[in-house]
Amino acid sequence: MSARDTRPGSTGGADTPGPLHGGPDDDYTPEQLAAMRREELDLLGARYDGVEVLHVEPGPEPGSALEKRAVRQVGTAFTLAGVFAFLFVVVYVGSGWFLPDWHWEITERGWSALFTPMLGLFMGLAMTMVGVGLVLYTKKLLPHETAVQDKHDGSHFDRVTAGATLVGGYHNSGLGRRKLITRSLLFMGGGLGLMLLMPLGGLIKNPNKGDPLGTTSWAEGVRLLRDDGTPIRPGDQEPGSLETVFPAVPGGNRQADAATMLIRLRPEQVDALRPREGHADFAYGEYVAYSKICTHAGCPVSLYEQETSRILCPCHQSQFDVTQGAKPVFGPATRALPQLPIGVDDEGFFIARSDYIEAVGPTYWNRERI
Amino acid sequence: MARTATAPGAPTTRLGKAAVEFDDRLIVAAPLRRTLNKVFPDHWSFLLGEIALYSFVILLLSGTYLTFFFDASMREVVYEGSYAPLRGVEMSAAYDSTLQMSFDVRGGLFMRQLHHWAALLFVASIVMHLLRIFFTGAFRRPRESNWLIGVVMLVLALLMGVTGYTLPDDLLSGTGLRIISAILLSIPVIGTWAHFAVFNGDFVGEQIIGRFYIAHVLLFPAILLALIAVHLLVLVKQKHTQFPGPGRTEHNVVGNRLFPAFAGKATGLLFVVFGVCAALGGLVQINPVWLWGPYNPAQVSSASQPDWYIMFLDGSTRIFPPWDINLPGDYTIPALFWPTVVVAGAMFTVLALYPMIERKLTGDTASHHLLQRPRDVPVRTSLGAMALTFYVWLLLAGGNDVIADKFNISLNAMTWVGRIGVIILPPIAYAVTYRICLGLQMHDREVLEHGIETGVIRRLPSGEFIEVHQPLGPVDEHGHGQLAYGGAPVPKRMNHVGGARRAIRGFFTPIEEPSQVELEQRAEGRGLATAESERELTSSGRPSDGGRPSDGGRPSDGGRPQEPRD
Repeated sequence: MSARDTRPGSTGGADTPGPLHGGPDDDYTPEQLAAMRREELDLLGARYDGVEVLHVEPGPEPGSALEKRAVRQVGTAFTLAGVFAFLFVVVYVGSGWFLPDWHWEITERGWSALFTPMLGLFMGLAMTMVGVGLVLYTKKLLPHETAVQDKHDGSHFDRVTAGATLVGGYHNSGLGRRKLITRSLLFMGGGLGLMLLMPLGGLIKNPNKGDPLGTTSWAEGVRLLRDDGTPIRPGDQEPGSLETVFPAVPGGNRQADAATMLIRLRPEQVDALRPREGHADFAYGEYVAYSKICTHAGCPVSLYEQETSRILCPCHQSQFDVTQGAKPVFGPATRALPQLPIGVDDEGFFIARSDYIEAVGPTYWNRERI
Repeated sequence: MARTATAPGAPTTRLGKAAVEFDDRLIVAAPLRRTLNKVFPDHWSFLLGEIALYSFVILLLSGTYLTFFFDASMREVVYEGSYAPLRGVEMSAAYDSTLQMSFDVRGGLFMRQLHHWAALLFVASIVMHLLRIFFTGAFRRPRESNWLIGVVMLVLALLMGVTGYTLPDDLLSGTGLRIISAILLSIPVIGTWAHFAVFNGDFVGEQIIGRFYIAHVLLFPAILLALIAVHLLVLVKQKHTQFPGPGRTEHNVVGNRLFPAFAGKATGLLFVVFGVCAALGGLVQINPVWLWGPYNPAQVSSASQPDWYIMFLDGSTRIFPPWDINLPGDYTIPALFWPTVVVAGAMFTVLALYPMIERKLTGDTASHHLLQRPRDVPVRTSLGAMALTFYVWLLLAGGNDVIADKFNISLNAMTWVGRIGVIILPPIAYAVTYRICLGLQMHDREVLEHGIETGVIRRLPSGEFIEVHQPLGPVDEHGHGQLAYGGAPVPKRMNHVGGARRAIRGFFTPIEEPSQVELEQRAEGRGLATAESERELTSSGRPSDGGRPSDGGRPSDGGRPQEPRD
């Protein structure tokens, strides 16, 4: 029986490993290794990995005050981690069983309001104490060693031999000479790539068909409704006030681009009113209606300061002057809020006289063209 | 196997035998030993990337839990859950299920908040890790590929964040989605097509939450996971960089072996990161979606800010001037395009290409494994400070409405402060940083040449008062130190060179005998006290004193201070 057969990985018996099997097993017989101390074996293995241990500062003396103290600290940390983990379990399982219910009611200030904070506190403390214990263990009880490991640059031998194998394979394939194969491969690759990309075409939709970006549900005769669906008459609003209105179509108050602000101007605002060109008759008396969707990034412009006649968008602080056809006076917006032509129907309720005559919302590439 | 048991050195314990059985089958002993022996440099700044990795693990765990309850659908439902103020309100199924998991799942709110906090920490630690890599020059050859992967992962992390906080479909996230839609529309030529491809039509459609969901839980995490694996493999292959110091060269790594020291610390850090996220998730409320209400395109709340990592884009959008570019043929490049797509695109492109740019400009194509101190590369450090100022300024501009409100400043003034600041502050940051770097460099040189200021004032026989300087090494006949600067920190205080004896251990009460420590230190030749008896300081050691100080000694001589001689 030879010693070689006992090496891990060998199959034993008559089927002996070939000559290429070598390595450190040939340098050190099992007898030699068996004669070495554990520390020596550790350093020997490290040396095979290019690591040299330069210096070891041993941990605290076994049985010393320092060690006892460190052990106490680590033990306390782990014990506390366990305690907090169990507290988490108790709060999680016990709420609604032997502890008060965890379901939170908006009026409640008791246990249920503390349920989530307690979960966080106990899990946080448990996890942190595990970490603290481990760090204390490493810092205070383990020997501190300074090791140095070699960095290997790329090996010239490896490059040359790997290159030879690669080039040899390419050469044997004859792809360099057999042009028909390389060309047909390229053609095939292009075709296959395109084919596999094609299904993504299902995502493409024509944004210009039917002009969805440039139209809204507003149309001639469509009533202006409040969010709750009630129509509005002139006189319902105080001078200087603003009301958000929606088109009287199904789901009108959920549409992304239909929201409109109906503003009743104060008399001095009416005097200062200077509508944009081509919008002279869009107002109805002291009432004007502008799109609520900011022309900058599409947020609802909601903050109306009637003292200054300005509407502010809370997203990027664009400001629009309602007495000047809602043209932008400050901030990053470039275009006036589109104005809705309004009138009153036979029953005396506000209606739109047509859709917006321009696209509402953010600017886009071909906005001026449709 | 019976023969194995009788062979010399064969394990006799059960565990040892089991290990041999295991290795017989899988042959893992060699790679295992190589892994356990891998040396990691010991510096706190190397842990920032680990924090990112651990927060990603937490995100995967908590995120998987959340998917059990989340319904990524925009179907309209009426809320009937236990949060009274919203009962009977129409909302999307996504928002409804977010409320359900917050109020009707035991511990669901905790998990949701844990997930959100871990996400913030994830991006924050990536950014800190990136800054560490940048300012120490760790991205230089051969690590450009890992830098590139890192930048891609940062972008993915941002996309994860954006798609993630859009999912609840509350009023705040819906407003963010509206802005995303406007940004897509603003892209010249293909903007409307891109928008219709992403949203399946005009804003808001019925698909977007479902699409963001699959991107958030499958596409982006899968790519991120693969990139993390590559990032770590390249790291292991190339080995760590390290700061210059005693025994550290371009061809080695000095530090702790993975097992057990580094593994202990790293696992400890994992638990601490988890603990911090858990504590934040339970104790500190984040994104209380029930207060915002369901998304409604006609409503918005004031102080609408995205999560911190997107705020720089919100800021740039707020302060960008209203400049639409109208092209012939009635085509428009919207103003919104520049501060969002262009600013973000340019920032990340420059960031990704920075290693190549620096290589071109400096002509330094060599491999580097030793890190640089930021002060030693003033141009790079100043460029970094400039970029950071630009970024932080945009981030602050993203909250200009809140600043205006809290400090009672005009909102328009804040916008102008943002506009002017973003132009003049980065160059100022560059100049100031450059001067600081040079100053620090000069101080290092000065200490190497003239020694450490001891703080000891002596009166010479002539009546002149001088401060005694402690040379760090051998000096020439003019009293100038002869140590060259090696890129490592220069000791600036006497304690750094062992000028004081070490502190006596013990927190509340000493656990060592002070006199014992004193004797020990004397024996080692450390501490000023050891030299006190034979010392007579009469000169500052400066050349102006006629260069009479000592012939010095290296700190490695036990760090024993040298007495300037008469």
